[in-house]
Amino acid sequence: MILTLTILLAVIIAIAWAAFNAAYLVLAERRGAGVIQRRPGPNINGPFGLLQPPLDGIKLMAKQLIIPAGADRFMYISAPVLVMCPAIMSFVALPYSDWLQAQNIDVGLLMVFAFASMGTMGTIFAGWSSHNKYSLMAAMRSVSQAVAYEIPMILTALTITLMAGTTNLNAIVAQQSENFFHWNIFPLFGETHNILMPFSFLIFFICSMAETNRAPFDLGEAEGELVAGFHIEYGSMGFGLFFMGEYANIVIGATLATIFFLGGWSCPFGLFPGVWWFLIKLYAIIFTIIWIRWTFPRTTIYGLLNLSWKILIPASLVNLLLTAGLMKVF
Amino acid sequence: MNQPVELQPDETFVLNVGPQHPATHGVLRVKMEMNGEYIVHAETVVGYIHRMHEKMGEVKPYPQFLMNLSRLDYLGAMGYSHCHALCVEKAAGIEVPKRAEYIRVLMVELNRVSSHLVWLGAFIMDLGGFTPLLYTFQAREHILDMMERITGARLTYCYIRFGGVSRDIDDQFIQSARDFMPYMRKELIKYHKLITGNIIFKKRMVGMGHISPEMCRKYGASSGVARGAGINFDVRRNEPYSVYPELEFEVPVYDGCDNMSRYMVRMEEIEQSLRIVEHALDQLPDGPVMPKKAPKIIKPPAGDYYQATETARGTFGVRLVSDGSQTPYRMKLRSPTYSNMHLFDEACRGLMIMDAMAMMGTLDLVIPEIDR
Repeated sequence: MILTLTILLAVIIAIAWAAFNAAYLVLAERRGAGVIQRRPGPNINGPFGLLQPPLDGIKLMAKQLIIPAGADRFMYISAPVLVMCPAIMSFVALPYSDWLQAQNIDVGLLMVFAFASMGTMGTIFAGWSSHNKYSLMAAMRSVSQAVAYEIPMILTALTITLMAGTTNLNAIVAQQSENFFHWNIFPLFGETHNILMPFSFLIFFICSMAETNRAPFDLGEAEGELVAGFHIEYGSMGFGLFFMGEYANIVIGATLATIFFLGGWSCPFGLFPGVWWFLIKLYAIIFTIIWIRWTFPRTTIYGLLNLSWKILIPASLVNLLLTAGLMKVF
Repeated sequence: MNQPVELQPDETFVLNVGPQHPATHGVLRVKMEMNGEYIVHAETVVGYIHRMHEKMGEVKPYPQFLMNLSRLDYLGAMGYSHCHALCVEKAAGIEVPKRAEYIRVLMVELNRVSSHLVWLGAFIMDLGGFTPLLYTFQAREHILDMMERITGARLTYCYIRFGGVSRDIDDQFIQSARDFMPYMRKELIKYHKLITGNIIFKKRMVGMGHISPEMCRKYGASSGVARGAGINFDVRRNEPYSVYPELEFEVPVYDGCDNMSRYMVRMEEIEQSLRIVEHALDQLPDGPVMPKKAPKIIKPPAGDYYQATETARGTFGVRLVSDGSQTPYRMKLRSPTYSNMHLFDEACRGLMIMDAMAMMGTLDLVIPEIDR
């Protein structure tokens, strides 16, 4: 009974954390865009515009859900759920400090990637069921993009697994906990020293941006040509779920980058390790992603696929091989 | 309803882009025949904002038609009324004081800068970069404020009158225009740093969206489209009018025939316009801005008159057929974007939709000006 309650509580906290982040990252994004674009951004509702996300949520929920004529009703309704739910499920396995974790799963890494891949299903469902040529084209793009970028991303994760010898996310962080030079991105000391790691981090970072459909890889929702992309026919909370799912995925990508490469909750100088260090690193990465979005134009679909198939996949394969070789030699 | 459809091996579908679409900047409609993401054929459908300006020109007396001219192209309105005024003055034989002509050129060039700034921001937005729009609009705001003080309007000016301009410029305007020059040059460097050097931007621009000089000649394209294809033609220099022969400027020409060439031509045109403004301010003569005896009623002698000017969007022409009465017999407005737009079908064939949209951005379309 107590165990069930604990698990329930953990899941509720995971959902709350995902939803809170998704909602307030929208605000952070808009304020960040404001700073970059020399304008205030949303600052009217509440202090610093802090009431904007709940009010947006109320507005979206109050809107009528319109299902377009000719749409496949079941797929149309299930698509936003399929985007949001796997994202929330992934949070269950993510550790934020040595004790702050919903479930310490031994195959945590595998679980996160398994759920992350399911989000693509939501995208293709939405694109197909909306009965709209724009959304169909966007869904086609999103799927080819997701397939292309999942491969180098998982190959890079495999490199990490190879070095760490475990898929337990908690254990991966524990290995890097001593100080800055033990972090996986720059490992000079410890058992896992490997000069290829900054390179792996770059691949992982690019892939996680592409996986989450973020600019400059946001081809699935390129408003210049496809108006709004795969969620063109969605209004109300259906759109809201797509939106929140996107931000939840960004948090997952940034969290994984922090765990894999930046030493999780460990401090650069070995002082006071804890969840605050994790959050600093997490939001630094997220800020970088926001920054990139508001400075770069969008790539083309073939440019995007060429980058993956011709550069990132061979590079990550070589990276994996060399890492294995280095581990054998040293 | 859900009957299985037999697949054809080379089946295409029609994508209806517009009349309301974020990339067409107005109510242009493009019927695209698509093969997957590749365009097989595109048909531009115009007329959604047709307001029969030419007909209005034929039923109204000349002075009443003045304000219609600035409703053609709401971004570079001054150049259009300039052309019309020059044509009517030529027909009716009205002398324009030197100072008025300088002020006209000053305003037209400032307006050209503001128009190009809007183009730049909107074009980068087509490519998916949002930030430059805000930057260019901030710079444009300075121009609009300056011009509003003198002309009384921010977009649809009725400043240029037959024989001169409605109001003289003052010291404050001259000072703010002089202050604007170094500011705008600094901004331009910033844009080049932010946009031109960007690797994604370069990939989408260099060698993309080929428009050959033959195509330009065939469709009568002008402005950056023609000059980006290596055609060295600018009405200001080739068929001089107004006081342009007395001013120093260069005509930027690039022969890459691609998006990048057209982009670079427009960016350098901003610099050249700044140079013209500076020079015009230096040479500004004293005197009246309207002739002493400006005719109240304009009755040009019967005949056929034509005047072309270089507006922000290209060669704009006014053909005026007068029968000696208070209203023209025929008023033909040759709008530059109408010609530029018709390139789109031929130039976009075989391109992917996103490259076609980028190419359309470089054409600098303003829809009310196409439909008139």
